[in-house]
Amino acid sequence: MNKLTPNDFSSNLPVKWCPGCGDYAILTSVKKAMAELGLEHEKYVVVSGIGCSSRFPYYVNTYGYHTIHGRAIPVATGIKLSNPDLMVFVMTGDGDAMSIGGNHFIHGIRRNIGLKVLMFNNRIYALTKGQSSPTTQLGSKTKTTPYGNRDYSFNPSALAVSLGAPFVARSIDSDLNLTSSIIIDAAKNEGFSFVEILQKCVVFTDKEFDVFKNPQTKEDNVLRIENGKPMIFGKNKNKAVIIEKEGPKIIEFDSSMPPKDLSVYNNSDINMARIVSNLMPPEFPLPVGIFLKVNKKSYENIYYEECYKEIDDFESLLKENSYEISN
Amino acid sequence: MNKNKKNVRVSKKDLTVVRFAGDSGDGIQLVGTQFANATAISGNVLSTLPDYPAEMRAPQGSLGGVSGFQVAFGDESVMNPGGKADFLVVMNPAALKVNIKYLDKGSVIIVNSGNFTPENLKKAGYESNPLEDGSLSNYRIISVDANYMVGEALKDSGLSQNDILKTKNFFMLGLLYWMFDLPIEVTVKWIDEKFAKKPIIRDSNKKVLYSGYNYAENTEIFDAKYKIEKGNLSSGKYRNITGNEAVCYALIAASKKLGRKCFYGSYPITPASEILHMFAKMRSKDVLVFQAEDEIAAVCSSIGAAFAGCLSAVGTSGPGFSLKSEAIGLAVISELPMVIIDVQRGGPSTGLPTKTEQSDLFLSLFGRHGDCPLVVMAALSPSDCFYSVYEASRIAVKYMTPVVVLSSGYIAQGSQPFKIPSNNELRNFEIFRPPSPSDFKPYIRDSKTLSRPWASPPLKGYEHRIGGLEKSNIEGNVSYDPDNHQLMTEIRKEKISRVSKEIPETIVYGDKNANALIVGWGSTYGAIRSGVSKAISNGIKVACVNLKYLNPLPDDLKDILKRYKKIIVVEENTGQFAYVLRANYLINVVSKTKVTGQPYTTEEILKIIKSECENFQEEK
Repeated sequence: MNKLTPNDFSSNLPVKWCPGCGDYAILTSVKKAMAELGLEHEKYVVVSGIGCSSRFPYYVNTYGYHTIHGRAIPVATGIKLSNPDLMVFVMTGDGDAMSIGGNHFIHGIRRNIGLKVLMFNNRIYALTKGQSSPTTQLGSKTKTTPYGNRDYSFNPSALAVSLGAPFVARSIDSDLNLTSSIIIDAAKNEGFSFVEILQKCVVFTDKEFDVFKNPQTKEDNVLRIENGKPMIFGKNKNKAVIIEKEGPKIIEFDSSMPPKDLSVYNNSDINMARIVSNLMPPEFPLPVGIFLKVNKKSYENIYYEECYKEIDDFESLLKENSYEISN
Repeated sequence: MNKNKKNVRVSKKDLTVVRFAGDSGDGIQLVGTQFANATAISGNVLSTLPDYPAEMRAPQGSLGGVSGFQVAFGDESVMNPGGKADFLVVMNPAALKVNIKYLDKGSVIIVNSGNFTPENLKKAGYESNPLEDGSLSNYRIISVDANYMVGEALKDSGLSQNDILKTKNFFMLGLLYWMFDLPIEVTVKWIDEKFAKKPIIRDSNKKVLYSGYNYAENTEIFDAKYKIEKGNLSSGKYRNITGNEAVCYALIAASKKLGRKCFYGSYPITPASEILHMFAKMRSKDVLVFQAEDEIAAVCSSIGAAFAGCLSAVGTSGPGFSLKSEAIGLAVISELPMVIIDVQRGGPSTGLPTKTEQSDLFLSLFGRHGDCPLVVMAALSPSDCFYSVYEASRIAVKYMTPVVVLSSGYIAQGSQPFKIPSNNELRNFEIFRPPSPSDFKPYIRDSKTLSRPWASPPLKGYEHRIGGLEKSNIEGNVSYDPDNHQLMTEIRKEKISRVSKEIPETIVYGDKNANALIVGWGSTYGAIRSGVSKAISNGIKVACVNLKYLNPLPDDLKDILKRYKKIIVVEENTGQFAYVLRANYLINVVSKTKVTGQPYTTEEILKIIKSECENFQEEK
């Protein structure tokens, strides 16, 4: 059997996102990850809710289920529990997962069901044409917040860490290599994996993430966290986030002589993940990479270890408390 | 203390109704269930009705905290738990006050007089003690101070006074076992198993149970022992089963027959939770159970499991069924098999959580957006929950559709002897198996059933995408084509109407020359059947049908209805099925309804028949 290529995971349907949409890049990253994971088509199930991101299942040549708004996680939970050997991806958005599906998101994580949840965060309801979402930033103008958003926003990665997800990461749509490598790690980690992918909506949030993408500004505004490495950033590699007793702070130094005692990122340290996933611009650079990657037994593995009995037939179940009548 | 000294009269009866009532902490449901099991094992036909408050523990001794359990037992004429009780067992004044209305004059009241204290009488709103003031002179009162008796029996047990008093329900049960000549061993065995790890409690309960039995035998308080006619049940292995238990066993039986895993996704809700409890006990890798975070997640998990190839089901009650509506629409458009059990309770909103009703018929038929047809069935009795749910599973798989089975609080928690069928007596499943991968399309159709193939991951070569957006017929790609939506809507409708081919001939019961037909559906079966039997024995010409298939309706129903001059629809709502019949057949019907949270009784049906049919027959 030849190894499958990313193109082998293309479905025969035309992709219908707006030209320039960040979802194209994510689709490319996912297909690349699927090929590298080395599973056959039929082992993948891609489940989605409603929104632009949720059209995703139609564009990959695997089993797919485009469900209803907010409910991808419970549908996927039923699939995964029925057959834990399947690799079940959930493709969702900030409206789908954080708002209407918020309850399922928190309980999916609480349970630690082995779903690989990729949340495309464009900070807007795009399919319904531009209403504010739970990740729309305070003050942002949208169709439903014409005078500026009055709601505080969720930080999805920090939320997932706080809820106890064993794998939490953030990427940006344009960084295809980072996204696909994170998806591979997410897929391999036991239990619930959450990947937040910042995604540009060309219609409504076209400039939203420019500062993190523009070569001129990117280095000073993005913190690429890597396990076992200090959190150095900046165009000249002369800044770092360090974590002190009082909390995180930014220090500057001569890049040729970085201080030896810089805080080193450890993605198995939940406390570090809590602090770093909460770093947000403008005070801090936006952290991307794997916040947390720990071992935590999945719901389905606990389930099948506990539930091992063979029920041969229903008659044997009914035998208890039964009695004979002979007339 | 010589048995032979006593001269006990033995009365024979073919049907007896016993009602237990007490504080919700008095163990009424427990003794009721034990008593029912004992009558079952001695070969009686029986039917039970638990009747308990919604509160976990209402204030002790209050009217709101009264819990009841009614058992009718005897020969084949027992089809429902009966209306009025022949025997009422009351543990305190509140129980008497609440339940006296269930008695005809001349009935027997067995009272634990130990709880008729001034304080308890006051809580129940009695100004004087009814046991002493003559107000019960029309009843036969048997008064026993069970509190004192258990205190004496257990004074050396080492139990606290509080724990000793908790055993008084077993004392009363012992009395009744003697009275009805029932096998005490059933409960002895149960106590042995239940309290195996608590020897003091075990021995105390057993001692008290025997004390009650011996007390009845040795004292003069009972002048009669009752011999109840046994049923002429066909030989075989039986089990006393509640409707909720039957649902669980039916789904497991169906999944075994189908050869797929069973998946039950649910969220706790009265009165459906026992099904979830039953599944939770299974601990099996092929009988899966999932307690979801909410009603929506419950149904969605089951839809996912169906996509993954399981025989999947959800159980709920009205409020949960409402929340599931949108997702059920997804199952309809995705054409996936699923069984939805709605254990109906009094509504709307939270309504009467622990009381029975049949008011979710409209919700089942119409409660989804879009043209969204599915199969609706209604179980007739506790044991019929098994056959209805099994058949619903078979239809769901054959036609790739969700099927709603309407149960109700009354049959879900009531019990009945159930003859355990063997696996090979159950009907086989038919599946539209996907053709070879090269010919496979997600929405190709079986020409007979219009069903689409059930291809689940990880079946190689059948990878496909489905979802809530309209799909093109055969190909299964997203389609906004106007003609295709017209076609798919029509196919979904036609597919459900073809399920009528699965419906067996409708049984008309009663007088062949009747001009009036009682029409009922689901859980009113027992009351209507016995009401019609009684009416016929009173010389009234009447017949009835008890429908199990509500969508589609049986093909032969139209002609049956035409044969009668008067159609009387009896149901526990404000006329939903009457509306359906009028709309479907353009006929007029008389609608007789009740929404008290209590099931129809035989007497009530008889009353309806008398008022509607006697005059009617004279008119002719």
